[in-house]
Amino acid sequence: MNELITGVIKGERRAIARALTVVENERDGAEMLLAALFPHTGRAQIIGITGAPGTGKSTLVSALAKAYRAQQQTVAIIAVDPTSPFSGGAIMGDRIRMRDLAGDPGVFIRSMATRGNLGGLARASRDAIRVLDAAGFELILVETVGAGQSEVDIARTAQTTLVVEAPGLGDDVQAIKAGILEIADILVVNKADKPGADSTVSSLKAMLELGHPAAREQMVAHHGRILHVQNPAAAVEARFWLPPVLRTVASEGGGIPELMQAIAQHRAHLALDGALQSLEKQQIEIELHDRLRAALIARLLAIIPQEMLADMIARIQARTLDPHAAVQQLLAAQVSQYPDLR
Amino acid sequence: MPAIRVLIAKPGLDGHDRGAKVIARALRDAGMEVIYTGLRQTPEMIAEAALQEDVDVVGLSILSGAHMALVPRIREMLDANDLKDVPLIIGGIIPDDDKSALTAMGVQGIFGPGTSTETIVARIQELVGAKGEASLL
Ligand SMILES: Nc1nc2c(ncn2[C@@H]2O[C@H](COP(=O)(O)OP(=O)(O)OP(=O)(O)O)[C@@H](O)[C@H]2O)c(=O)[nH]1
Ligand SMILES: [Mg+2]
Repeated sequence: MNELITGVIKGERRAIARALTVVENERDGAEMLLAALFPHTGRAQIIGITGAPGTGKSTLVSALAKAYRAQQQTVAIIAVDPTSPFSGGAIMGDRIRMRDLAGDPGVFIRSMATRGNLGGLARASRDAIRVLDAAGFELILVETVGAGQSEVDIARTAQTTLVVEAPGLGDDVQAIKAGILEIADILVVNKADKPGADSTVSSLKAMLELGHPAAREQMVAHHGRILHVQNPAAAVEARFWLPPVLRTVASEGGGIPELMQAIAQHRAHLALDGALQSLEKQQIEIELHDRLRAALIARLLAIIPQEMLADMIARIQARTLDPHAAVQQLLAAQVSQYPDLR
Repeated sequence: MPAIRVLIAKPGLDGHDRGAKVIARALRDAGMEVIYTGLRQTPEMIAEAALQEDVDVVGLSILSGAHMALVPRIREMLDANDLKDVPLIIGGIIPDDDKSALTAMGVQGIFGPGTSTETIVARIQELVGAKGEASLL
């Protein structure tokens, strides 16, 4: 285990790959490994890439990684794909679009299956990011599942979240439904070489002006006058970040320099007034709640007798007990019986 | 038991990946996590992906007839990446005459056209199971 830890910190690729497996499989020693790596984390810039299937996320990740490599930054990529609920297996094909990165020792790509987790990432993605952070990668690009909805995990993990759209998906209403605009720091209309890109851009802009929290705050701040912030730099000055809408042709590298500039501007925005610190604080709070919830549930289920649960389920089904009362009874019984739960 | 991770790669220049995709789907349906890397993978790319993805098994689909040239190179690259214990299996059009030579090169499963996917799944499970036991010793 010590060898693995030092290997990761030294950036040895085999050690990194093994550590990712330990973390992903929650193997014995995973917690110890993560504890040892944790002091070495917090340095990487984490960028999330989300959006509906086929919009070009992997292609975009590849183009971005290549451009950051040209600036001598090291890049790790985590590409998350859905686990089949029927078999528990997965096919992960994101590397197909990343072949331009092959053979570059400054790049590390890892595919992860969701293994039943909802929310766009795998349960272990956060920890996998920490392994890569500790290994010294300067940039970590995280491609989410691309279910196109409830991809909130990424916004709770990344510093900057890109939401990728493409023309012709009939996505106008979809985006609102999915609440995807709320998590976007930058909106990317990829496949801008295809017909319909203009209308995708303008409908996104219109939705942003109406619906985005930053836009609403701006309206309040400016006494109901709607401000049109076209220039992201102006948004920085205004202390409100209104997500810019950018066009890319990822397959040709089109629009990548502008996208990198917007990412840098968002980073600069986060550096204002300790915004980055408060984002991180929020993310830690959410993570702590998640972990506490999972740990408490596991503890409780381990000590509540199976028969007691089965009995309660039967009584609820028979309508002689309601679910709220059942929870109260379970908690009361367990807390009095097991004082260490308090 | 965490899912078995398998890299399915298509080395060489032939442009058909129907067979590789059928296998990928069958392995997924058997509960495995398949990393599919697409067409025209060089031995270097295959070994790099196997390393980064920390796969349990590497499966090659070779229809071009170039297996006698590609396989030793890929095995060599895997070994050079410290992946000596990762089994290599191949599927495709492999003449009977070549099979013993491939086995001697370290190939641990050879599946011609018409092999049932169950056979391939069973072989992978067997290879990974054996490795798991070995690492417990
Ligand atoms: N015309 C055009 N096609 C593109 C562009 N970017 C990507 N594509 C193509 O779109 C298809 C899907 O690209 P991916 O990068 O795999 O998309 P994805 O969002 O990662 O897909 P999933 O991971 O399956 O959700 C591929 O055939 C790409 O070649 C672009 O800018 N223009
Ligand atoms: Mg993808």
